[in-house]
Amino acid sequence: MNITLHEILIFSAALFFIGVYGFLTRRNMITMLMAVELMLNSVNINFIAFNKYLWNHQLDGVFFTLFIIAIAAAEAAVAIAIIIHVYRHFKSIDAEDAVELKN
Amino acid sequence: MTSLLLIPLLPFAVFLLLGFFGKKIQGNASGWIASVAMLASFLLSVTTAADYFFISGKTDGVFQTIVAWEIPWLKFSENLSINMGILLDPISVMMLLVVTLVSLMVHVYSIKYMKGEERYSVFFSYLSLFTFSMLGLVMSSNLFQIYIFWELVGVSSFLLIGFYYDKPSAVKASKKAFIVTRFADLGFLIGILILAFGADTLDFHTLINRLTDSSSSQLNGMVTTGFLGVSVLTWGLSLVFIGGAGKSAMFPLHIWLPDAMEGPTPVSALIHAATMVVAGVYLVARLFPVMALSCPAVLDLVTTVGLLSAAMAAVIACTQTDIKRILAYSTMSQIGYMMFSLGVARWGGDLSLGYTASMFHLFTHAFFKALLFLGAGVVIHHVHSNELKDMGGLRKHLPVTHLTFLIACLAIAGIPPLSGFFSKEEILLASWNHSKVVYFIALFTSALTAFYMFRLYFGIFFASPHVVKYHENGAHREGGAVILLPLLLLCTGAALAGFIPFGNYVSADGAALHTEVHFDFAFAPVLLSLAGILTAMMMYKTQSELPQKISNSFGVAYRWVYHKFFVDELYLFFTKKILFKAVGRPAAWIDRKVVDGSVNITADAAETIAEGMRPWQSGRVQEYAWWFVAGIAVMVIVVMCWK
Repeated sequence: MNITLHEILIFSAALFFIGVYGFLTRRNMITMLMAVELMLNSVNINFIAFNKYLWNHQLDGVFFTLFIIAIAAAEAAVAIAIIIHVYRHFKSIDAEDAVELKN
Repeated sequence: MTSLLLIPLLPFAVFLLLGFFGKKIQGNASGWIASVAMLASFLLSVTTAADYFFISGKTDGVFQTIVAWEIPWLKFSENLSINMGILLDPISVMMLLVVTLVSLMVHVYSIKYMKGEERYSVFFSYLSLFTFSMLGLVMSSNLFQIYIFWELVGVSSFLLIGFYYDKPSAVKASKKAFIVTRFADLGFLIGILILAFGADTLDFHTLINRLTDSSSSQLNGMVTTGFLGVSVLTWGLSLVFIGGAGKSAMFPLHIWLPDAMEGPTPVSALIHAATMVVAGVYLVARLFPVMALSCPAVLDLVTTVGLLSAAMAAVIACTQTDIKRILAYSTMSQIGYMMFSLGVARWGGDLSLGYTASMFHLFTHAFFKALLFLGAGVVIHHVHSNELKDMGGLRKHLPVTHLTFLIACLAIAGIPPLSGFFSKEEILLASWNHSKVVYFIALFTSALTAFYMFRLYFGIFFASPHVVKYHENGAHREGGAVILLPLLLLCTGAALAGFIPFGNYVSADGAALHTEVHFDFAFAPVLLSLAGILTAMMMYKTQSELPQKISNSFGVAYRWVYHKFFVDELYLFFTKKILFKAVGRPAAWIDRKVVDGSVNITADAAETIAEGMRPWQSGRVQEYAWWFVAGIAVMVIVVMCWK
């Protein structure tokens, strides 16, 4: 079975906008973090797809993807630390509750 | 040198002591403290004067100017610095004596006079501050130092005139005195700056040396540079004279003096006899060598202003009914005498007679004017009124006051052999030698002086009032020794001070000036004074309708004089109608609408914009994300359409 570049791009775009949708609509910070991960992964898919279909003899896209995965891991760590802190302070992980930088 | 420093510092220490701890001092102890300090200061002045005049002051028969002590205070450049120092020359030593003596008398007198006042200690602390300022002023070795003490004198007179600060008229009077003299001091300050800039020094000794030496570059610079057709030197000296005229209540800056009578009577005595008003005369005398040698035009100005003030004040004094106001105008008149006497003097030998005469008159005037005011204080205390119509027939009630007052009146009228006669004769002689016009106006003023002083005298002590309501507890009538002692001492001075051979000690160039009384010359003035006294006696010795008739016959002229030539009204018209309406109001409008307006518009605009932008920054992360996504979407659409 043959998957075309076109189909993969549609898939990754759909994934990206699912992420955007999730980020914009969910109030739970953990869910929002997951939505961000979705967006990052859709980008990863794009990189891999372009690398495979257009510049098959090179590895730049793969490297980029690896970078992004590493950064996403770091980002998740930082974000979860922040969320834990927010929870301790506000007794909630609802994004609407944490609207003030004061206190 | 330490003793010299102590002369002004003792009153200053008393000022600090009574100012800080006055409330804790019971009874009239603070009065005694201040008086004892003043006495010490006076005794130190006497020793200083004795030492200066008889031992150390003379070199080759000429009194030297000695800078006894000096420290640099502010140094601007190599040449220009403000020093604090003590300068001894004949006039400053003479002034030391006068100031400390009169101040001592006033202090002692006030112990009793101010008794029972709520702010008793405060009063004495102010008196001491006043004395300190005046002593500092006369001892100044530096033009700027004199200015500092000059302003201190202004402040302390403000405090004392407004001593009864719950009385609106006193508050108004103190403000008036302060503003008018301050206004004149502006001229003084500019004058100082001009002189200091031109002569390149602020030090009196150097300044006078440079500006009297016709070969010095500074003098040539100041004479050759002009402004509005008048040389810079003339400008500087005239402006300094304006400052002096303001403090000395010379026309047209005299309006504060009569109102200053709102202060307690001892204060009036101090202001009129020794401090404040003579400061202007002293200042002119200080700069006299410069004026006489390099710029006689200024002396003409001094003569004109002095003569005008003397004559005008004498005329006004004839019509006033408040006894302290009459005395105030007589002071103005006598200060005018001193001024024009300085004005008619020129440099060198007999030509400088006016200078000696002026200082002599200052000296004798201090005695009899302090005496007059202190006597008036006793009278006012007794009658509880300042108005002449509430008095009369007091010679039996207040015998000692009556006698001393009579002697003071005779002295100021210039009747021999009392002190005023000698000094006035010298002034008249000096003006005769200078110009006949000056002489005749001075003669006229002298006759008027005799008239209004005896109008006052007969009005207080003779003519019986309509209603007699004096209290009759004999013992306390005149207030006892503390009140009478100053009166008697000053009375002795007023009677005998004239016999001092003043020219031997005080003269423009320091060399002894031989003066003698020319009896043939003195004939006319004395006769005129006697005529004035007789007229006053006829009109006022007994209560009659005569004065009323005479004043009615003068009609409009009398009203003009009674209202002091409407000078006050002229000032009010000028300030209220012209300055406030034509300048003040538009300026205020521009300030409110244009200056404030532009600031307000900026602030309002910033606020409105901020108000509009505030909701954007809600703190909701997802809202930001919405905007972000929407923004990217718009950009994508724009980019796509572009292609």
